[in-house]
Amino acid sequence: MKPFAYVRAGTVEEATGALAAHPGARCLGGGTNLVDLMKLGVERPDVLVDVTRLPLDTVEELPDGSLRVGATVRNSDLAAHPLVRDRYPALSQALLAGASGQLRNAATTGGNLLQRTRCPYFQDLSKPCNKREPGSGCGAREGTHRDHAVLGHSAHCVATHPSDMSVALAALGARVELLGDDGAREIPADRFHRLPGDHPERDTEIRPGELITGVLLPAATASLPSAYRKARDRASYAFALASVAAVLGTADDGTVTHVGLAFGALAHKPWRAERAEAALRGAPATADAFAHAVGLELEAARPLRDNGYKVPLARNLAVDVLTRLARTARTQEDR
Amino acid sequence: MHRSETTLTVNGKPHTLHLDHRRVLLDLLREDLGLTGAKKGCDHGQCGACTALVDGRRVNTCLLLAVTLDGREVTTVEGLTDGGETPHPLQRAFLDRDAFQCGYCTPGQICSAVGALAEAAAGHPSHVTDPAAPSGRPVPLDAAEIRERLSGNLCRCGAYPHIVEAVEDVS
Repeated sequence: MKPFAYVRAGTVEEATGALAAHPGARCLGGGTNLVDLMKLGVERPDVLVDVTRLPLDTVEELPDGSLRVGATVRNSDLAAHPLVRDRYPALSQALLAGASGQLRNAATTGGNLLQRTRCPYFQDLSKPCNKREPGSGCGAREGTHRDHAVLGHSAHCVATHPSDMSVALAALGARVELLGDDGAREIPADRFHRLPGDHPERDTEIRPGELITGVLLPAATASLPSAYRKARDRASYAFALASVAAVLGTADDGTVTHVGLAFGALAHKPWRAERAEAALRGAPATADAFAHAVGLELEAARPLRDNGYKVPLARNLAVDVLTRLARTARTQEDR
Repeated sequence: MHRSETTLTVNGKPHTLHLDHRRVLLDLLREDLGLTGAKKGCDHGQCGACTALVDGRRVNTCLLLAVTLDGREVTTVEGLTDGGETPHPLQRAFLDRDAFQCGYCTPGQICSAVGALAEAAAGHPSHVTDPAAPSGRPVPLDAAEIRERLSGNLCRCGAYPHIVEAVEDVS
């Protein structure tokens, strides 16, 4: 590992100041991905800014009914928080479907958003990778790519984003809070991560020097049924082959009034299924309508040689989750 | 510029160290303090053999930079015994159930189980907990819960059935 300077930030201003002063700096949260990548030589920061002591470790309810999650809240604490479990079950379930108990105890909300792909070519310095070393090529496109993208990939990169949490945030309509030299701003969670295009080295829309300060969960989806379902090679402690987060609201006559749907492990970012959502608004909340809408969304899929299985897998997961949520919504109305 | 003074407590004993920033807690424990209970398996946070407790929470010590632990309390498998005399109930249960073969993963399994029991007692759900279960109440641990909660600890001998029984005995 390359030597680096270490700054323990006590205040948000200290953290943003250190990031502004050191363009080669990286923020250190739980370190569960960053420290590993530093051991591998994939990440080689000059300076680490330790943000884990910042006063951003709380979950608070805002007057408008939304929930603000601080950037340094640990994944395990967020998953167990009573307000998150009651109001945003998809988020709690997504967090609990990811990693292990040890990793969730360390990993932070901000760090989860900023984790890098687990593409083996990205993690192996002896292989070409446009994300790690722009212009070096992509080993995965014609190589081992069973776990890779089927939506939104480019000639330069077919990697997927590994986060479960971020998929739930996209479906729930969350927003990411950022603070930089130019002040504070927010980005919708489903637009925080990027598609690879010509610049796969850029995972997110975060600007140099910006700090993630928190995530806002909207009041609009707090009272609606939501869920997360993940398919993986073993029952626990594995990255997704495909996953789905969904939130659903229905009217008395059984039509869809609100729907948020996002896929994980299909693309370079959590894939918000906007086409399926548009097709479902005002439609009956039935398995047939869900299958039709999800089918429309997945028309855009362009599987690689060895990952075509992801398309029917994702379709089945999405229809199943939406159908269960419709049943939950009906039960809630009956009460 | 690449080293800092850090004070942390390990098994109740304070240590002030001039640490290379690259030092991870696992190497600090094993090489600087001679505590070889925590094991280096994968060194990438995938196997759990290095698991110890920091402020009572289980973590992978191979991914934890020691310089970040200023003021923290670390407990390793060596620190679970009562003054080095009485084994921790989980250590006793692992012996009673013969919950290991080669023993390499065992310290990590035991520290992870200590953490997992505390998490369940504090009401933390798991992937297999019924989402409708009430928040904030202790979660009862059956075999399915134990398997899920200990999935971050690999045992290549395959001693899982006895490990689950040992943890069930104490839960």
